[in-house]
Amino acid sequence: MPILLSSNFQWVLLSTMLLGMASGFIGCLAYWKRQSLMSDALSHAALPGIVIAFMIFQEKNFFVLIVGAGLSALFGAFLIQTIKSSSRITEDTAMGMILAVFFGGGIVLLTMVNRSGNGNQAGLDSFIFGQAASMVEKDVTLMSLLALLIIFIVFLGFKEWKLFLFDPEFAKGLNLPLKGMNILYLSLLVLTIVIGIQAAGVILMSALIIIPPVSARYWTHSFKRMMWLSAIFGGGSGAIGTTISSLGSGWPTGPFIVTTSAVIFLISLFFGLKKGLVIEYLMLRNKKTEINQKLVEPFVAKEGKQ
Amino acid sequence: MTYTLWILLTAALVGVSCGLAGVFLILRKMAMMADAISHTVLLGIVVAYLLTHTLSGIYMLIGAVLTGILTTFLVQWFHSRNVPQDASIGVVFTTLFAIGVILIATKTGNVHLDVQHALMGEISFIPLNVMIIPVIGEAPIATFILLFVLLLVILVLGLFYKEWKITSFDPALAASLGIPVLLLHYVFMTLVSVTTVAAFDAVGAIMVVAMLIVPAASAYLWTDRLSLMLVLSSFFGILSAVMGYYFALWIDSSISGSMAFSTGIVFLLSFIFSPKHGMLANRLRPSVVKKEEVKT
Repeated sequence: MPILLSSNFQWVLLSTMLLGMASGFIGCLAYWKRQSLMSDALSHAALPGIVIAFMIFQEKNFFVLIVGAGLSALFGAFLIQTIKSSSRITEDTAMGMILAVFFGGGIVLLTMVNRSGNGNQAGLDSFIFGQAASMVEKDVTLMSLLALLIIFIVFLGFKEWKLFLFDPEFAKGLNLPLKGMNILYLSLLVLTIVIGIQAAGVILMSALIIIPPVSARYWTHSFKRMMWLSAIFGGGSGAIGTTISSLGSGWPTGPFIVTTSAVIFLISLFFGLKKGLVIEYLMLRNKKTEINQKLVEPFVAKEGKQ
Repeated sequence: MTYTLWILLTAALVGVSCGLAGVFLILRKMAMMADAISHTVLLGIVVAYLLTHTLSGIYMLIGAVLTGILTTFLVQWFHSRNVPQDASIGVVFTTLFAIGVILIATKTGNVHLDVQHALMGEISFIPLNVMIIPVIGEAPIATFILLFVLLLVILVLGLFYKEWKITSFDPALAASLGIPVLLLHYVFMTLVSVTTVAAFDAVGAIMVVAMLIVPAASAYLWTDRLSLMLVLSSFFGILSAVMGYYFALWIDSSISGSMAFSTGIVFLLSFIFSPKHGMLANRLRPSVVKKEEVKT
């Protein structure tokens, strides 16, 4: 398989692995803020921004496109917040609305760009399902650097993030800027989504953020270990998924990353050391025998004795 | 009937059936389940195609309904295994959708064409695919199926209207009265899947989500009465469909995308101007709002 040895492929592989790690870290924050589906809404909301940025600059410059995507996703987040806080509509309904309306608007714009017959436009379609192979070296470098930046920021403020998530009252007492941290968290979430869109696609990017933390939760009760496991699971599925998708021509990257991630999730669900199905079954059985031995057996008359 | 009229009729049927189902969807706080099901029915359609090698409506319907139920069941099961509700929705639908896309890409050849069709629909082709119906004469198949689904939605919602009302507003009371809450949950989700899949072919997945959630949410801002909310929600559905169609013609773009976008416009107007829960109304009577805040 010569394609696996080409240096371009190895760069792409490294970048999707870093992307997976970054989204694994960010996903843990989203998981504990109970906002997993927020990433889904925001990644859909990024689509109109991508197309508008393309319409303004008329070229497929990765940097310009992710700026557009980021602005549009942040605007979506702002609208969700506004709808939630100033009407009686609940957060999940607001997310569903923003997701569908923004994506609909994005499709309208995308169709217009496609009809206008611009030679560059074909590449925009790959944003919907993701095509890591279509990235050029400059994009790959930028994506990897931004992913490293995200990992660095989460890593640096680990203690603060922990307080922010689990004990906001105490954090307030310590004079941590909760509002600022919330904005930083949202910006990091949006940044992770937008850099991943080209590799994983608008629709499946959210899976990279949602699935790894859920898998990691089955293995540990410690937040720190959960973070690391989630990053490893995310990075691993990024790398494996990219490799598989490069074996067939025109195979989209996103779905393969997601299915790899899902396989890891299933393994964790069954064999996870802390909450897995097997371990829980064994513990239940042990407890039952123990209770039997302690409470029931002494009082049951046995045949053949006395 | 003319070409335009068929399209408008089809879109209006989608608007009404989604509008009715959507009201209960948002009252039960399950808006994101609509998003999930609309993605996973893709898998059902692909599997049905791979098994039967036909794109016939009935197999697709069965496949899609089965995946809809599977989605509901898996989400419920993971939730009972201590996964938070939203995370479990996220895990299930992205995975099933990804499997669907992979099957299309590897087994049927052209991923972009077909998946795009499923996501965005192609309502402009509907009048071309006709069948003969005894009384009316020639009618598009999709329109006919949608009419059937609408009748089904009205029937199921109408027959158990009281039960739906109680389980939506007060599940605990419903359970204590002996109403099978979980069974009703599955019945309702099946209904949503049927609606989704019937609308799927006509307008695509994204548009279904928009039509399910947004008109109902707009209606929620106008009234506190369930019956009125159902009527308003269907009306908003039709309004957005018609508005979207002419907007798409005007700018020459995707019809279903622009219908989804117009539901957003209707919501925006409701959000600002609704006399009951609109932003403007809340601004204009601050004393009332304050009194309510004191009460709670």
